[in-house]
Amino acid sequence: MFPYPSLETEKAQDLSPIILPKIQIKNLNVQVEGKQILKNISLDIPNNSITSIIGPSGCGKTTLLKTLNRLLDDQKEVEVSGSVLVNNEDIYAPGAEVTHIRKKMGLLSQKPFPLPMSIFDNIAYGPKIHGIRDKKALKQIVEQQLINVGLWEEVKDRLDASATRLSIGQQQRLCLARGLAVAPEIILGDESTSALDPISTQTIENLLIELKEDYTIVLVTHILRQARRVSDYILFLYNGEIAEFGRTEDVLLNPQNEITKQYVKGYIS
Amino acid sequence: MRNIKARLIEEKIAKGFMQLSGIIITGSLFFIVGTILYKGLPYLSWEMISQTPQGGFYMGKEGGILNAILGSLYLASASTFLATLIGIPIVLYLNVYVKKGSLLARSAKLLFDVLFGIPSIVYGAIAFSLMVYLGIRASLLGGIITITLLTIPIIVRTLDELIDTIPTDLRHVTSSLGATRWETAKVMLKYIKPGLFTAILLAFGRAIGDVAGVLLTTGFSDNLPKYIDEPTATLPLAIFFQLSSPIPEVQGRAYASALLLTFLILVIVLCSHILASKQKKHKI
Amino acid sequence: MISRLAKDKIAKNSSALLLGLSSLLILLVFLGLLWKAQPVLQEYSLGQLLSESVWAPLKGKFGFLPFIMGTLWVTALSLLLAVPLCIAASVYLVEYASDRLRNMVLPLVNVLAAIPPVLYGVWGVLFVVPLLGTYVAPVFGISSSGYSVFAGGIVLAVMIFPIMVSIMVEVLQTIPYELRAVSLSLGATRWETIKHVILKKAKPGLLAAVVLAISRAFGETIAVLMVCGNIPHLPKSIFDAGYPIPALIANNFGEMMSIPLYDSALMFAALLLFLIIFGFNLISRLILNRLEGQHS
Repeated sequence: MFPYPSLETEKAQDLSPIILPKIQIKNLNVQVEGKQILKNISLDIPNNSITSIIGPSGCGKTTLLKTLNRLLDDQKEVEVSGSVLVNNEDIYAPGAEVTHIRKKMGLLSQKPFPLPMSIFDNIAYGPKIHGIRDKKALKQIVEQQLINVGLWEEVKDRLDASATRLSIGQQQRLCLARGLAVAPEIILGDESTSALDPISTQTIENLLIELKEDYTIVLVTHILRQARRVSDYILFLYNGEIAEFGRTEDVLLNPQNEITKQYVKGYIS
Repeated sequence: MRNIKARLIEEKIAKGFMQLSGIIITGSLFFIVGTILYKGLPYLSWEMISQTPQGGFYMGKEGGILNAILGSLYLASASTFLATLIGIPIVLYLNVYVKKGSLLARSAKLLFDVLFGIPSIVYGAIAFSLMVYLGIRASLLGGIITITLLTIPIIVRTLDELIDTIPTDLRHVTSSLGATRWETAKVMLKYIKPGLFTAILLAFGRAIGDVAGVLLTTGFSDNLPKYIDEPTATLPLAIFFQLSSPIPEVQGRAYASALLLTFLILVIVLCSHILASKQKKHKI
Repeated sequence: MISRLAKDKIAKNSSALLLGLSSLLILLVFLGLLWKAQPVLQEYSLGQLLSESVWAPLKGKFGFLPFIMGTLWVTALSLLLAVPLCIAASVYLVEYASDRLRNMVLPLVNVLAAIPPVLYGVWGVLFVVPLLGTYVAPVFGISSSGYSVFAGGIVLAVMIFPIMVSIMVEVLQTIPYELRAVSLSLGATRWETIKHVILKKAKPGLLAAVVLAISRAFGETIAVLMVCGNIPHLPKSIFDAGYPIPALIANNFGEMMSIPLYDSALMFAALLLFLIIFGFNLISRLILNRLEGQHS
């Protein structure tokens, strides 16, 4: 029902038990400052699962991620052609409302960037922007999201303290909670654990695995082991093109593409 | 859910205000230059530039402001020269001999930032008192001293910023070749040469435009400046004096003098801009 | 070899000497002013000098309040006009404008900074004063010559545009892009991001720019003197004439020698100016230096 134009092999048929594609990318081409970064990407990202984007540095991983929530538009001289459908709506359609699109996607960046305000306000920021004024409702959201990311017990007594006082690991969880507070449907992670210690990394990874029950998660990572640990699907990008896409175990254990084989074995990094 | 339309309209209004502010600020430059051009051009003549005030000049009779033009050029050149002479060693000392980021380096930089902020009227007042105390009358010399003090911080700050752009590798290379620090300093100086002229031009522009400092220390004279210990006319002061005259003809010449000064400043700015873009290329 | 090392030493010592001398300069200025201000300070208490509003040197009355108020009026007006404009324009240049536009506007702002004060004064006399006197004041039913604290405020506002814009733009540019990305990806519009995140983060830096502009405004002499009217009284409206401290010094120096205590009183004015500006400068530079250290 949802063919994968990029993988017109027998293999593609084996992926069929996908319930619903959350994001459908069709013939996506991205040029940044005249340079073609993404070439003809077509891809369906399945719902309620974790998809990891891997590939050597400079292959366009982060660009692809930023194309999904249209943060790329923000940079200068960006040309996007093709379409990205989220819930069957093209986010690059002429009348598409950017804030509305972004609200559906929580972004977890490389390093935690707490907003210059208190812990409470960091999480309440998004809901407030989207019109929730009721103090009680805000309080509830903040508490719920902090519980979700396992931070509530650690910070419940100092919600008014500046968010920058938290440790880096705590900050990253706060950022996740902040993203979840606007009730997104998709979580985008851009090497979200690269600045963290192993224990915080594990906490975040476990959180993401829990969260996929309710969300569609797309992660950019350069750590192959992480991709293996957390993801259901792996997309291998090479030079801005899809080299391989499939279930994690298939891509890692039985890669079809020569380049993927080399990457998985560690020849290309 | 707050209406997205309302949010976007708010953004539009805010953006409109920002654009308007930008237009007002940039426009004010053209407006000022335009006003002076419009008022001054009809009064500008060759006589204005080539003659000194003749008898009855301040009643609207013949003459020009050559005395003030030359006075200003002398004053600004001499003080910029002195300030550069004093400023360069200070900058090099701060960057070569003093450890970067040390307390001395930081407080010295802070000091020059603060000195830069002290208004010229304060410099003028203190220099004037000093001159009275020493028995020196208002003269070109007094003006040069005051304006030199005023321009040293400009030279020091601008050059210091320039030196910060020198790649640290370059410093290490020269010192590892066995150069003394003085020789390293010379290499540095060579590196920032185009920028050095920008700094000098900037200082010159500031020196030639200052009034409050020269008002008390340089005096005014209708004669061409001949001796350093005599009162000397300056262009900004000539504008100031002529403008306060009730006679329209004299006021008109104030506008023309203002136009001359504007022209001078614009030429200086243009030159420094060209030099600065050269320095940028040099960096890449 | 020896001569090379000797040269190094000479260069080092003489440069250090120059640095030392120019550092001493600030101390000398302060002590000199203090010393010259002594006579008037011995005659009257500091409180008297600052709070009396009668200025009549011939009668031995030295009340500085009119001048202090003149300076405050003019400075406050200029800030009222310039601060919102400069913040808005700087934000626009950093957050919205293309690189091309920014690279076009910033050099123009630098040109504005290079224009000498006396030319601002000429512009004020030619344009601002008549505008206020002929068109604006009558609208409010006030008759005014136009030479007023309002005129001073307008001219001064334009004069502090460049210093504020250039520092504010620098401050805004140090804010990491990711912070914007965070707010945008939560679904905020650009303006909401600016309002709630950027301006909040930039606050100390923007404040420093304003403080620096204040110290510039306090010390500006000739342009303000030319448009302000220079009457030593307490201004009652913005269309009233005022007499700022720097104008007092500039107008009366030189002719004051024959009146007792007059020169000392003027030196006291210069001391006042020096201390205020020194303090303000120090504060804002310390803030800016700290911010720079944080981000680099």
